[in-house]
Amino acid sequence: MDLLTPTILSYLTVSLLMFAIGTIGVMTRRNGIVVFMCIELMLNSVNLALVTFSHMWDNPAGSMLVFFVMCVAAAEAVVGLAIVISIFRNKQDIDINHVNIFKW
Amino acid sequence: MEAATTIQTVLFWTFSVLGLAGAVGLLFNRNAVYAALSLVLNFFSIAGLYLSLGAEFLAAVQILVYAGAIMVLFLFVIMLLNMQEEKGVFTFDIRRGAAFILGFAFVAEMMVVLKGFWNHEAGGEFTYGKVEPIGRALLTDYLFPFEMISIVLIAALIGAILVARRHTHQEG
Repeated sequence: MDLLTPTILSYLTVSLLMFAIGTIGVMTRRNGIVVFMCIELMLNSVNLALVTFSHMWDNPAGSMLVFFVMCVAAAEAVVGLAIVISIFRNKQDIDINHVNIFKW
Repeated sequence: MEAATTIQTVLFWTFSVLGLAGAVGLLFNRNAVYAALSLVLNFFSIAGLYLSLGAEFLAAVQILVYAGAIMVLFLFVIMLLNMQEEKGVFTFDIRRGAAFILGFAFVAEMMVVLKGFWNHEAGGEFTYGKVEPIGRALLTDYLFPFEMISIVLIAALIGAILVARRHTHQEG
């Protein structure tokens, strides 16, 4: 029972694993929207770590930062999806290996 | 106190397993719609983890903003674009292998960093999980960032409209 009781480290480990899965997704997936969703996953895992620290010190700063990260993530998703739509309209494809118009 | 700890234990293990399953589903689903639904599972699980930490307000906001608004936007765009399934999610070449090795190396490194947190119990009261203290902090100490967020949101709105608009020749 004592071993099962979650500690701060348990929450941080879950957050760490989600972040690592997000980074692996960003590095391996080629669908632009899935890459975006992996970035959202990374933002969420950091939010979980921040809430854990906020709980640990009983301090509002972490919770406030999570609130602001959620707002910025919403703004980022809106702009990113607009860019994805714009790319798809021009190339009929959002494979990120084929999006190289800035490459010379 | 004992019952509260048991509830927290059950919540933690249920939602951490579900959340990691959702994350792995996002990583390995070929179809973007299934990947998005795995991510919804992950977002709900993170809301459950917030609940088990006593952060009730953030759990509600997580479900409303992420699982509600952002994922609907993602699914809408996925279905709008009608893309084909991604090939080669399960194949291994040197680049994908390097990505996985780097990911595991990152986990190992961070576990060494986090070793100092072994002894902290995650139970106990969390004052700033409730709505009232959060609202009080938001409109006193964090008033300036709170106002700045509105500017960020309006800028994102205008930028998204400008980027996604169909350009016609008549407009010059």
